[in-house]
Amino acid sequence: MSQAVVGKKYGIEQTEVSAIQRMQRVKIARLVDDNDKKPMVGRVKGVEVTIPIVYGSISFWLGKKAAESTHKWTTYVRSATNEDLSVLVKKVVFQLHPSFEKPTRTIEAAPFELSESGWGEFEIGITIYFHPDVGEKPLELFHHLKLYADDESIPQTTKKPVVVESYDEIVLSEPMEASFGRLRNHPVARVTGNPSSPLVLPAGESSLDRKGRDTKDHALVQWFMKHSEAEDLNLLTTARQQVWAAAAKLKKELGSLENEVLRIKATTH
Amino acid sequence: MGDAKDILGLPKLGERGSTEKRKTPKDAIKKPDGIHREVYALTGGLPPIMPTLDPVSIKKRTLPSKKISWQWLPFSTSARTDNLQLYHWVRIIDDSQPSGDYAFAKYNKVVDSIRYTDEEYNQLLVDSSWSREETDRLFDMCEQFDLRFIVIADRFTPPRTVEELKHRYYSAAKAILQARAGPNDDLSDHSFFKDSYNVNHEVERKKALNIILSQSRQQDREDAEVIAEARRITEARLKAKGLEESQVSTRAALHVDTTPARLPSPAATGDISFLSVPVTVASTTSVQVTPVPTPASAPSSTPVQTSAPIPASTTPVSAPPPVGPRPPRVYLRGAWLAQQIHSVVSPAGVRTSKRVDQMLEEYGVRSKPKVPTAAVCAEHLELRRELLNLIQLQKQVQYKENELAILRENPYAEIPATPNTPKRPHRGLENERVSTRATAVGAEFEGFPSSGERVGKREHKRKVPKRP
Repeated sequence: MSQAVVGKKYGIEQTEVSAIQRMQRVKIARLVDDNDKKPMVGRVKGVEVTIPIVYGSISFWLGKKAAESTHKWTTYVRSATNEDLSVLVKKVVFQLHPSFEKPTRTIEAAPFELSESGWGEFEIGITIYFHPDVGEKPLELFHHLKLYADDESIPQTTKKPVVVESYDEIVLSEPMEASFGRLRNHPVARVTGNPSSPLVLPAGESSLDRKGRDTKDHALVQWFMKHSEAEDLNLLTTARQQVWAAAAKLKKELGSLENEVLRIKATTH
Repeated sequence: MGDAKDILGLPKLGERGSTEKRKTPKDAIKKPDGIHREVYALTGGLPPIMPTLDPVSIKKRTLPSKKISWQWLPFSTSARTDNLQLYHWVRIIDDSQPSGDYAFAKYNKVVDSIRYTDEEYNQLLVDSSWSREETDRLFDMCEQFDLRFIVIADRFTPPRTVEELKHRYYSAAKAILQARAGPNDDLSDHSFFKDSYNVNHEVERKKALNIILSQSRQQDREDAEVIAEARRITEARLKAKGLEESQVSTRAALHVDTTPARLPSPAATGDISFLSVPVTVASTTSVQVTPVPTPASAPSSTPVQTSAPIPASTTPVSAPPPVGPRPPRVYLRGAWLAQQIHSVVSPAGVRTSKRVDQMLEEYGVRSKPKVPTAAVCAEHLELRRELLNLIQLQKQVQYKENELAILRENPYAEIPATPNTPKRPHRGLENERVSTRATAVGAEFEGFPSSGERVGKREHKRKVPKRP
């Protein structure tokens, strides 16, 4: 058995190409059944799949007439480009404060979000479960639910929510063959690196966006924040340049000091 | 006159009278007739709220209804067999003496000793190494000393070891009991049979105890170390087995045949061979993790932690394991960056890492990037590394300046070797003259004048001993 498995791994080129072609012909976004036939063994070496996600909460104040629960909030995990995460994510479990009824809420279909009403801020535990053919353990994140804006001078309004989002990226390094085929053509993911097999260009096949799966037309899409790496990148590059300049200066200084030391020693010893 | 007196006296009298009046009411108030006035005054001169002992009754005490006296009487006890007459004080109540046995007789525990008849001896107990008299004497002493074999051994005339005596006694007793026991009696409960005496085992055990007792402290420590090591190894082995099983269940493991990169270092006992199997498994699973950034020398540099590489492949949670910069399979980039930062910066020390954070703030860069994309993370990490470099450069410049200042004052001063930057592993090299100049250490700092500085230092060192 192990021999056969090894053989399959090293002979990945043939099988992967044929597998991808097979998958493309099938035209289904989720290929769980198909993949069950294939062994879950192969990992695509030298490849990294990045799925940028955004997770956070949007909270609306319910106005002066509200009763005990003063806010209505939604917490969610979405793709940073508002694509459909369900190719990768099987379900998301939100762990709420124990004072909520049934604090463990499982969302098994996109969009992966949860709406509730309440009055308190607390930490929400978010666990992302992947499909079985991804073959990975679940990821855990935490998000502090914010209901009240920082700026206390502005009175609360029911029109503008308090939005807190965090950007992060799920990285699958050396993903399983099965899921790789699905993800590489899907706009939700970004693939870096070269797989050891020749890349077969997709025959115009990308995943099908079933309506309501992605978050492009979500009710709250107007509040979604834009996350761009430009700001961070610029800051970092300028900082690096400055640091490099300072380092160069110091090196020169060190050199001259050293020369000075040697000179003194040479004259006196 | 009477009026005048009255007028004069009465007010006086009146005063006195009032004081008297004040006094008398006080005396009149004096209620308690059983206790003194001053004592009563302790309560504030008022009767207590709670009903207390009626002061009247305090004087009289209830006389005990019974008449108690003490008598010096002889007594007998069942514990004594010699008819010795002893006396003691006895409390007599109403002219009747307490009955019953002496109260402490119940504490007189006796071992029921076994005696054999001649027939029994001849039938069961004839032994080559034990003569009849010796056996008799042994049994007598057992009875006399309540089976205290240490005492018996001490007094036994042809001196015999405790083990021999015990062995003889117990085997004889068992034989006798068995012979006497009828077919219905169950002897298996008897302590002689439940915990039967095993002479050889006892001899060995006492020898071993002696050895341990006479061991020096050094030996003790060594033994403790070996035991701890063995326990660690067995634990690691169990863990490896457990993880191996879970791996096999989730995905078919590719058993690439690699020679074990490292074996656990302690080979104190020769029994580590059984560990080579799980170790090979551990190393194969670690070989599987060959991500895009090839691991430095992570597999070979982790010494005893056989369990560490295994989490590398099986715990792809957002917190990757701290074994070198090797990414797990699935992770969140933000969390992964934090781990990488930690592994890069922490060897430099807490102070330096705090300095790095400070400097980041000065440049307006957040400790954790807001948008952790691949590019941003890479830049961030590089920036931190460069900041570290900068700090170390600054330190070196400072040292050099100090050196210069000292030299200017006193050109003949001996400058001790400045502490090397933490990234340089061979600290000891500076003091050994055997090292070569070509040793390029700390190659991480590009363009750093390492060779120049080293030459300077070494020349200095060589010059020192030449001076008379």
